[in-house]
Formats: sequence, structure tokens, C-alpha cells
Amino acid sequence: MPSTLPEGEPAPADGSLPEAALERVGTRPFGFYVHVPFCTVRCGYCDFNTYTASDLGGAVAGASRSTYADVAVAEIRQARKVLGDVDVPVQTVFFGGGTPTLLAPADLARIVAVVDDEFGLVEGAEVTTESNPDSVDAAALAGLREGGLNRVSFGMQSSVPHVLRVLDRTHDPDRVPLVVRWAREAGFDQVSVDLIYGTAGESMTDWSDSLASALACQPDHLSAYALIVEEGTALARQVRRGEVAMTDDDDLADKYLAADEALKAAGMGWYEVSNWARAPEAACRHNLLYWTGGDWWGVGPGAHSHVSGVRWWNVKHPTAYAGRVGRGLSPAHGRELLHQEDRRVERVLLETRLHQGLPVDVLDPVGRAALPSLVDRGLVGAGALERGRVVLTTHGRLLADAVVRDLLG
Amino acid sequence: MMEATPASYRESSVPISTSAPAPGTTDPAIIRNFCIIAHIDHGKSTLADRMLQLTGVVSERNARAQYLDRMDIERERGITIKSQAVRMPWTVAEDNAAAADPGSYVLNMIDTPGHVDFTYEVSRSLEACEAAVLLVDAAQGIEAQTLANLYLALGADLHVIPVLNKIDLPSAQPEKYAAELAHIIGCDVSEVLRVSAKTGLGVANLLDEIVAQTPAPTGTADAPPRALIFDSVYDTYRGVVTYVRVIDGKLTHRDKIKMMSTGATHEMLEVGVISPEPVKASDLGVGEVGYLITGVKDVRQSRVGDTVTSQHHGATEALGGYKHPNPMVYSGLYPIDGDDYPTLRDALERLQLNDAALAYEPETSGALGFGFRCGFLGLLHMEIVRERLEREFDLDLISTAPNVVYTVLMEDGSEVVVTNPSEYPNAGKIAEVREPIVKATILSPSDYIGVIMELCQSKRGQLEGMDYLSADRVEMRYTLPLAEIVFDFFDQLKSRTKGYASLDYEPTGSQASDLVKVDILLQGETVDAFSAIVHRDHAYGYGVSLAGKLRELIPRQQFEVPIQAAIGARVIARETIRAIRKDVLAKCYGGDITRKRKLLEKQKEGKKRMKMVGRVEVPQEAFIAALSSDGGPTDKRK
Repeated sequence: MPSTLPEGEPAPADGSLPEAALERVGTRPFGFYVHVPFCTVRCGYCDFNTYTASDLGGAVAGASRSTYADVAVAEIRQARKVLGDVDVPVQTVFFGGGTPTLLAPADLARIVAVVDDEFGLVEGAEVTTESNPDSVDAAALAGLREGGLNRVSFGMQSSVPHVLRVLDRTHDPDRVPLVVRWAREAGFDQVSVDLIYGTAGESMTDWSDSLASALACQPDHLSAYALIVEEGTALARQVRRGEVAMTDDDDLADKYLAADEALKAAGMGWYEVSNWARAPEAACRHNLLYWTGGDWWGVGPGAHSHVSGVRWWNVKHPTAYAGRVGRGLSPAHGRELLHQEDRRVERVLLETRLHQGLPVDVLDPVGRAALPSLVDRGLVGAGALERGRVVLTTHGRLLADAVVRDLLG
Repeated sequence: MMEATPASYRESSVPISTSAPAPGTTDPAIIRNFCIIAHIDHGKSTLADRMLQLTGVVSERNARAQYLDRMDIERERGITIKSQAVRMPWTVAEDNAAAADPGSYVLNMIDTPGHVDFTYEVSRSLEACEAAVLLVDAAQGIEAQTLANLYLALGADLHVIPVLNKIDLPSAQPEKYAAELAHIIGCDVSEVLRVSAKTGLGVANLLDEIVAQTPAPTGTADAPPRALIFDSVYDTYRGVVTYVRVIDGKLTHRDKIKMMSTGATHEMLEVGVISPEPVKASDLGVGEVGYLITGVKDVRQSRVGDTVTSQHHGATEALGGYKHPNPMVYSGLYPIDGDDYPTLRDALERLQLNDAALAYEPETSGALGFGFRCGFLGLLHMEIVRERLEREFDLDLISTAPNVVYTVLMEDGSEVVVTNPSEYPNAGKIAEVREPIVKATILSPSDYIGVIMELCQSKRGQLEGMDYLSADRVEMRYTLPLAEIVFDFFDQLKSRTKGYASLDYEPTGSQASDLVKVDILLQGETVDAFSAIVHRDHAYGYGVSLAGKLRELIPRQQFEVPIQAAIGARVIARETIRAIRKDVLAKCYGGDITRKRKLLEKQKEGKKRMKMVGRVEVPQEAFIAALSSDGGPTDKRK
């Protein structure tokens, strides 16, 4: 999650939700996001809310790796209270970060167990953790699997040492196939790898090599993200000082197309602009929940939640977060109540990015009027449109934000 | 209204000085009218302050630094835009060093504007004096504008009193610059006075010298009144305050007066003198300098250079020298926010009340929307107006590149006056294009003769003459097209001479030139705001540089956008903005959604600030950046 919190209205101290929102709880798919804000090293490009041991200046109660799970569990129990007795079974749990696997597998297992205990996990629930290749080994993966996790996403980023170096990634690229194999051996149903393209110094050959290495691991799922130079990161400073070249949109476009080609050839299909899966059922259900207006409770510092049109975000710093939860207060820092039009706008901007596309009836007259030109310009597929859906072409995926702007007038 | 009247223009209960001769009854023989000619930072205002103190019209305690420079912008820029006149009593002692006759005198110090754009105003101020103090910084020597104003003073038959200022500075070279001054005005080195306005050293003696050297005004007391308007200022409370020098006869409170150029008549509600606050009087007589108020609200009804007489039995012959101010430089002013158009219109209207030389009329630009084509006396005038609009009226403006006035003679004998490149007739039927030219004077250390010649040549200049003012300082005289000066001449001159050269110029007519209009086209559509009339030899350079700049400034669109520079149908330069290939944020996690929605709202707002040129979206910033080019004229000319 981005390190800057949005502006909104203050959230109530007890985290309570408006009556109207509570009434609708349980009517949509529901999941948990658990933000683990720890890393051994801060990568230069990363603007997520994460801290190294030295950032945190030693162990503060609740803000350290050793006590984090206790606080997260306490927040999950708060969630139960806020949502009341209504039956909201959990479809997905996702541990993100940071580096969740810096916590002991037992900690993650305990959190999963508490979610199950308080809310109930549905049969076949998707339980994912992100992981760095150098933060897990065979034993840890086995432990995680035993603890109820069934999906793992490895932050591979690149297979090329000089690219990994610019990204401040510390793992040995040779370790990636190894950890993928261990995950399989441990019995994970779904294994995903993340790649980043467009890093300074990365040639097209480097990128093709990374894609080939990733595909050689035969992942079920692959995310490929264009590098974004985010304000406030070390990378942004390096770019500003001229030490590292700024990303180039043409290069990013070429690499996106190369990725799409290679992944298609390997039998993977896109289901979201930056995400590909071996089969429709291999898509990340937790992310789809974000993108299709589902409900989720975000646990942890800086985590965002969305329940029935109320979106809120927790205080950012682990110490502040642990303090609030420890005093029995909601860690929510601010929130916004989405109006009908906000939700419609979000549907357009999120669902347009999906392979299943956006139902045309979500568009207002202005948006509908923009469609013929979008088809003419080769951005939106004509066939899907006939079936009542706005689906981006390959060219359209590269210009998705422009398409969304047109659709929203 | 009454309770809001400020201290100024209220009847003063404090007489100027108990012993001072009263306005209207002062014998011309004891009046001395003088001005100070000086370069911007050579200490004129400091000297004026010191004189006000020595003569007792401003006490040490009340002395606001640089009392005479009233407007904020003048104070900030350290320049004087509007002249004023102060009446100072002065008593000359027995046995003074200046050998002036002892006794009581009235000194009228007439402040002159110090910039090239206001030459005409300077000339009228000079016309109101009998002598000019030529004030030169003893560490810097004379500058081009000072020299130009000195020539004006000599042309007006003024007696010149050469003075070196800042002689207390460690870097002062009084011997060197006294010799330079003596050489220029043809006097003896010993006649060059030396003062330090800052410390007051030599200033009392200077006042005595002014009495001794300045001829007393002459005029016919019993003739019909004739007074020269040398300045005209709009005051929020009193309307226009007109500054005059009486030549003949007498102007009396409550008389009906007539402006001789227009024949307009007004009742004189008040006459008086400034000392240094306004003091009412019953009359102003021969040789006196003061103000009059008639209740008119617009300075254009009381024009500098005009002659005031009485409505009944008035003079039949004006004093002569009146010129209607004609704008020399035009530029389009557009509000960045289209909603500000009415504010801009009202603001221009208000400014014009105080600025007879400001001309404007509405115009529409395809690219910039609704705005005004404004005419100015020159670049500084333009900068000042723009700055006042932005500061006093809180407007954000885009101004188009300034241009001069061209006269296009058509083959059918008709004539088209072009104040905006978009009015330029289509090529083919044009017989001749004439552009205004100026006589430019450049003063510089002689080390830079080479680079100055090179610059002037590249700007189509004709060397008219060159003189050494001293062993290492040279005066170069050129004829140059005004358009080149308006473009970037001054900046270039300053940068190439490390700031040492100074420039002055005055219009001298027009010349036929090989001029063409260069248009800039975006995807085949002419962007009117970027059209320019340039010399054929410079057309290519202009086209290439602007097209290149726009390529950098205009964001990539979903389609390829050609940028062309063309003369008529002939394309002389071409650049291409390649189509954008990627416009998508890669990641979109749960925590990104709000941020993404807000970004979208922001982009939607931003789109409102985009100007559409055909299908091309051009951000306003691109227009501003392209128009306020490094190549374009900046400001702060010295």
C-alpha cells in the first residue's frame, strides 16, 4: 500500500460503521488483508508502508516482529465486534507487506486460525502470503502450508543480477526456482511470481531472460508491474539527482507487449492489466475482490479496508498502530463514505482493467457516447462490446487510464 | 467620501515655511526650476531626499526613504515612473562658495522619469525647467540613458550642472569621471561638482550653485495664461491631479480652464504646490510649478504636453511640442482562468485612468480564448502594466510575445496596419512591409566593441557612429529595427558585455524590410498565439526553435502530432510529437483505489485547463512556457 494516506474524515474511535453499511455486511464476498510492515532492507523503489529493524529503533511493544501477531489478532477480534453477529464467512486472506515471511510461520498460522475462529473460512478459501525468495526455506514453507496457507507469491522481480541490484533486491536469482519447488513440495495449491520491468539498465534481452526464468518455474500466476518511480522513495531521489535514469514510457510499452507475448505463448492469459494466470481459477481471488467491489478488512498499520461503501485506513506507524489497538481503540486514522457516484467511478476504473471487462450499463450517457471512438482507435474490443462489455484490447491495456478518463467524461 | 479623504490634498494648516514666498505672489526672479538627470541607481532619489531635508520641507524624522518615488512598484524596482515636482524654499547666505546672490529663493525640483519608454514624458518635464543637474555615480560613470536624457536637456536649451555623486565610495574615481563629464558637455573639469547624497556632503553648496547657475524663468505676467502639463496622475479621491509649469499669466482657483489640444473646458477646483505634500494656493504665477485639480477622472483628458489656458480670453497659441502618445509595442494579455476576463477588462479600464499611453482592445485567440491586445510605449511599460495587473488585481495572465506595429503596403495601393501577427495579410499581394526603427545608443567599456558590433549586426543594425567618452569607454550609435530590441536585444547585450553596456533608444521612423509571417501549426492547425512577424533570414531559426520547444512542452497524445513552422503554405521546420504508447498505472491494490479515484478527479480538473487546438490537448503551462521564452524579452532593463 502506498505510504501516503488519503485525506478523509476522521474515523470514530471505536471503529463503528454507519448503520446503513452494517445492514449490508455479508451481502458481498469478504476477505482479510493483513499488512506486515517489516523488511530486512528497504528497497529503493518501494513506497509501501514498511520498516526495517533500524527504522523502528529497537523493539517497541507491539511494533516488533515478535509481538506483531498479538496486535493483529486483537484487531481481528475488534473487527468481529464492529461487524456484529452477522454471518460473514471469509473467502480470502492475504498477507502482504513488507515481508510477511519475516514473521514466524506459526504467527501467520495463528492469525489465520483467529480469522477462522472469529468469522469462519469458507471451504476452499484462498489464503495467500507474499514472500521474498531469501526470507523462506523448505521448512518455513512447509510450516506455512501446515498453518493453513495455500497460496504463495514470490517477489522475484528479475532474474538479472544488475537489475536486482538497482532495485536493491538482495536475493540470489538462482534461489527462485528453488523456493518455487519447495512451495510445490510443501503442497501449496497456487504459486505466483512477481516481476518488475523498466528498471534503469534493464535491456530488452534482460527482460526476456527474466520472463523466461519466471516461466521456467511454471508458476500458476504471474504479475508483471512496470516500475513506478514513486515520490518520496530513494529511487525518486536518485532519479532527481540524475544518478538513475527515469523510466521511459516507450520502453515500458515494449516490455509490456513482450511480456504479454511470452506469457500467452506459455499458455497464460491476462485477467487484469498487470496479472496473468494459467487458468481462470488460478487468478488471485483476493485481488479480484478488490477489483470487483468486494468487502475486506485490512489489518495492520496503514492497511485500508472497505466494507459496504465505507473505506478507512489505519494509522501508518507500527508503534502508533500497536498503541491504539492495545488501548482497545480502533486503529483507523481516517475514512470516507463512498457515494453512489464514487462507487460507479471506482467500478469503471477497476473493472475496465479486467479481462472480464466492465458491463456497459455501468456507464453514463457520456461514457457510452465515447465507446465508438474507443473502438475506432483500437482501444476497446468490438466483439465484447456487442456482448455488453467494455474489454480492452492489447493496445487499450497500455492506455487503460486514458480509456477510463474517456469513459468517465 | 469626505471622511475618507487622505492627508494629501487636504488643506494644510502648516505653512511651507513662515518666511517662504507664497505661491501666486512669487517674483519670477527668485524662482529656480530644475530637474535631476541620472541613471537608475546613481542616487537621484537620495539626492532629492537630502535636498528636501536641507530645505526644511521634510524633517529628518519624517523622511521616508526616497520620498518622491510613490508607487510600490517604483519603490521596489528603484525607478521613477511618474514625475512629480516639489517646491522648496532656500535661503542663500552671504559669501557663499557658489557666488550666488544672497537672499530667499524658491526652488522647484521636477522629478523626471528615468526610462527609455518614457522619453516623451521626460522631454515635457525638461521643458518645465531652466536647468538640469546631471548626476553621475563617481564609481560608474555616465550611462546610455543618462546621456540620452542629457542630449534631450541640451536640445531643450537647459543649463546643465554636472555633479558627481557617491564621492565617498572607496571605488569612486572622481578624477576620471569628472574628465569624462567635462568632455561630454564641454565644460572645465573644475566645474564638475562633487557630492555625496548619502552623507549630505556638498549638497548645500549644490543648492547654492543651482541658484547661481539656473536662469530665472521669464514670461509675460499680464498675458493670457499658458501652462505646460508635464504630468498627470489619477488619484482615487480627487480624480486627476495635473502638474503644470506656468509660462505666462496666472492660473487662479475657480477659474474655468481649457485644454488647448482638445478644447475641453473644466472648472479648476483647486490649485496648489507640492511641498512635498499638496498645499492649496489661490493662484500660480509666471515661472511657478504646481498642480491643478478639475474633477476629471481620466488622465487622457489631461494629457502630458498639452497647454492649459483660461476658457475666457485665453491664449490662442499653444506652447507647442504636444504629441499624442502612440504605443510602440503590442502584446496580447489573456487571463489564465477564462472566468477572470471581466476582472481583466475592469482592471485595464482602471489602469488607463492613470496611464494615458496604455491602449487596449478586446481580441480573441483560438488558443488562448478571450483577452486584450494591449499597446505600450515600450517593454518596461509593458512589464509595469502586467505586473500591476497581476499584483493590484490579483490576475494570472499569459502574455503573447510582444510585437511592434508593421505597415503593410498592398499592391493595390492600400495599407494595412498590423498590431497583431494574425492581422498580417496573406502573402502574394504584398508590395512592401515597413517596420519601425530606432536610433540606439550603447555605452560600454571599449573591451566589448567587438561583441556589440557582432550582436548589432546579427540584429540587422546599422552602425551610425562611434565615439570614445574616455580612454576606455565608448559610445556606439546604431539604427536598429525596434522589433529586434523588443525581442531579446537587451538581454543579449547585457549577457555579452557582462552587464557593463547600457542602452538607450528612440524611435526614428520606419524602413522597408524583408519580413515574413511565420505560423506554427499543430496537426495542421495554426496556433495564432505563436505566429510572429520576423525577418526572412530569421524565420527558419524562429520556426525551428519554437517547434522544438513545443515538442518538449506538449505532452504526448494518443496520436502522432506534427508541429510545423510555415511561411504561408511553405513549411520551413517540422517536429513530431510521437503518439503516447503507455498511459496506465501498473499496480492497483486495495490501498490504491482511493488514491486512484482522486488522481482521476484531479486529471479531470486538469483537463479543464487544457486548451484544445484541433484534437490536440495543450496544457496552459505549455503556452506560458513557450511564450515566456528565454529568447523573449524579460524585464528589469537598466
